[in-house]
Amino acid sequence: MKFYEALDLVPTLALDLDDLKKRFYDRSRQWHPDRFSRASAAEQDQALEMTAILNDAFRTLRDPVARAEYFLKERGLDSSRTEAPPELLEEVFELNMALEELRDGDQSARGQLVEARDRFGAMLRSSDDQLTDIFSQFDFSPSDDTLNTLRATLNRRRYIANLVRDVDKELHVHSAN
Amino acid sequence: MSTLQIDFGQSKSHIVGIDLGTTNSLVSVLDLTGPRILSGIVPSVVSVLPTGEVIAGAEARERLVTNPESTVYSAKRLMGRGVADIQDELKLFPFHIAPGSETVLKLQLGDKIMTPPEIAAHVLRKLKLDAEEVLGGPVDQAVITVPAYFNDAQRQATKDAGRIAGLEVLRLVNEPTAAALAYGLDKRNQGLIAVYDFGGGTFDISILRLHDGIFEVLATNGDTHLGGDDIDNLLLQIALEDIQSEWGEDISGKQDAIQLLRRAVILAKEALSFAPAATIDLQYGDRVYQREINLEIFNRLIEPIVERTLAPCRSCIADAGVSAEQIDEVVMVGGSTRIPLVRSAVERLFKKRPHTELNPDEVVALGAAVQAGILGGHVDDALLLDVTPLSLGIETMGGLVSKLIHRNSTIPASETELFTTGVDGQTNVLIHVVQGERELVKDCRSLARFDLKGIPPMPAGMARIQVRFLIDANGILSVTAKDLRAGTEQTVEVKPSYGLNDEQVEAMILESYDKAEEDLKERQVREARVEADAVVGATNKAREDAAFNCLSQEERDAIDRAINELMVVYHGDDHLLIRAKIEQIDEVTQKLAEIIMNVAVGKALEGTHIDAN
Repeated sequence: MKFYEALDLVPTLALDLDDLKKRFYDRSRQWHPDRFSRASAAEQDQALEMTAILNDAFRTLRDPVARAEYFLKERGLDSSRTEAPPELLEEVFELNMALEELRDGDQSARGQLVEARDRFGAMLRSSDDQLTDIFSQFDFSPSDDTLNTLRATLNRRRYIANLVRDVDKELHVHSAN
Repeated sequence: MSTLQIDFGQSKSHIVGIDLGTTNSLVSVLDLTGPRILSGIVPSVVSVLPTGEVIAGAEARERLVTNPESTVYSAKRLMGRGVADIQDELKLFPFHIAPGSETVLKLQLGDKIMTPPEIAAHVLRKLKLDAEEVLGGPVDQAVITVPAYFNDAQRQATKDAGRIAGLEVLRLVNEPTAAALAYGLDKRNQGLIAVYDFGGGTFDISILRLHDGIFEVLATNGDTHLGGDDIDNLLLQIALEDIQSEWGEDISGKQDAIQLLRRAVILAKEALSFAPAATIDLQYGDRVYQREINLEIFNRLIEPIVERTLAPCRSCIADAGVSAEQIDEVVMVGGSTRIPLVRSAVERLFKKRPHTELNPDEVVALGAAVQAGILGGHVDDALLLDVTPLSLGIETMGGLVSKLIHRNSTIPASETELFTTGVDGQTNVLIHVVQGERELVKDCRSLARFDLKGIPPMPAGMARIQVRFLIDANGILSVTAKDLRAGTEQTVEVKPSYGLNDEQVEAMILESYDKAEEDLKERQVREARVEADAVVGATNKAREDAAFNCLSQEERDAIDRAINELMVVYHGDDHLLIRAKIEQIDEVTQKLAEIIMNVAVGKALEGTHIDAN
């Protein structure tokens, strides 16, 4: 996996962020195009290439969700779907009703929406904890089952994240003051 | 104390730093003592003389009043933009758009037609000449600063301007980042810095983390159309209405009157940074307009403009993933940060007193010199990691944008995307690249459209074209495409939606070759004059030496004659002639020099006992 290679890392799902940063800065010092402004065109191209991949790698790997998505993609598992978790459907239905009311100018729906956002926000945090668990589980004993669990967790997480974002946006747009 | 090592070793070449501003420009260089400004402020004004000669700088600014039709200022506002983009500017700035500006914007200046990069090139060439004069040697490499929020087209246009001026642009650096470099090099090694950059025409805010010489930009935000000019225009509008009611005449159509009034308004604005009240004072012909404006009224007037800078600041803080309280220092850049209301607004937002001890007009240029030093290998332990200010995306079904590289990504950055065909036998795919944060293509800036051609006919969805988008360290995009089935690779020519293509830039460079010859000649003349000054100075000093009396009358006359002859050719434009006369002085003063030398040596030996052993 080239993003891990760019930072001389063995591909694992769990990563030590401080170590990742240190590797990134060390390699930036070595490969940044600023270091090659007087070098040959070929060396400049190589520096540009190395640094672009280094930056892409650091940007992706430092974020656990982006890292997991990349990991799955490199293993041929697409995780870009957004799945509505069946157990949430009823709640989401009610949430959409409240959003409608708010859009129609009914500020009394605000309380319910704020509450829902906080509840979904808590769900988001718990799925982050879940991700951490799955990471260590897979790194300790890799299996396709764990990867499939990871994929399902990511898809669910994405759905919840979108919900939180949308509710936040509507609360902001239709704020009373 | 400088916290970074500056090491020049044997290197003699100079890479200059250039702050190409909306209102004023500066050139600087890094030497052993640190970054320094070379020569004075050059107003970013260009004017065409009746002879067809183009001038830039202070002389050109004088012509804003006398020859407004052939003089242009604030042209940076037009860099990399199309006619449709600048309708708002045209209401406020007296830009004369030349016919045939549909694809590439052109301005009419007297008899000449010039594109914004060509206009900027004249300012750059003036800076280059000034630098060459001070440094006493050729300057052909530069780091040029741009507003952090400049898009791809605006960056490309700035780079083109450099090329047209005969400068190899080694790097475009974001202005607030440059300021942080100048500041950090001087003051700080660790921590979070916010740079609030409110210049003549643009507003930028950047947040950086400094650690062990790495200047890492965490986020940047801004408005490319918000600056001190907007304040000037506001005051101008009020004064114009005033004058209309006082004089019973609308002078807004009179270019020369407008320029005089603009100058009066700017003076009043500047005075209000130091005094509780100031007067807008216009004398036009035999008529006089005066209006006192106090700080309270001024503040109320400009509050909406100052307020417009705060939203980008808040977004930037959020994007950087920090809180206002966590920021250790706020650095103020740009002339507009001298305004008391701006300072207090920034202080309120960041909850700390901003730094104002660095000259806000110079700090960007100084930082550009530091970056030039980094590129020249003279500053070993500093490194700048900058970001792209705007997201890069491509148009997808229904006019929607699919984002490929998000804003605030560290550059260089890249992303690959797989494309395929939608119809059986389709042999080309059209790709539309846009820059911006909005969801719809129409709300984003169109960067380029290109056509992936030569796809072998096959059933729909079978083709596999991998397209790679790469933003380099200057924030400029390049695109390569690879047909994964055929294995062929091609560099896609990204035809800019606005701006100049390569051939046009080449043509302008060719055109400027004549100019380059003129420049070379002018430099040689200037250098010869500098040498002549030195020789004449030394000779006049020697005249006062007792040794001068040892010369015969003839010899003394020969010296006088030679100096007179040099003075005659001094103001001409033939550097060879000046050099010939300098040599002549050298010849006729040789004996004088020898006598002085002998006396000096004799004095030095006096009292020295030489042992013959």
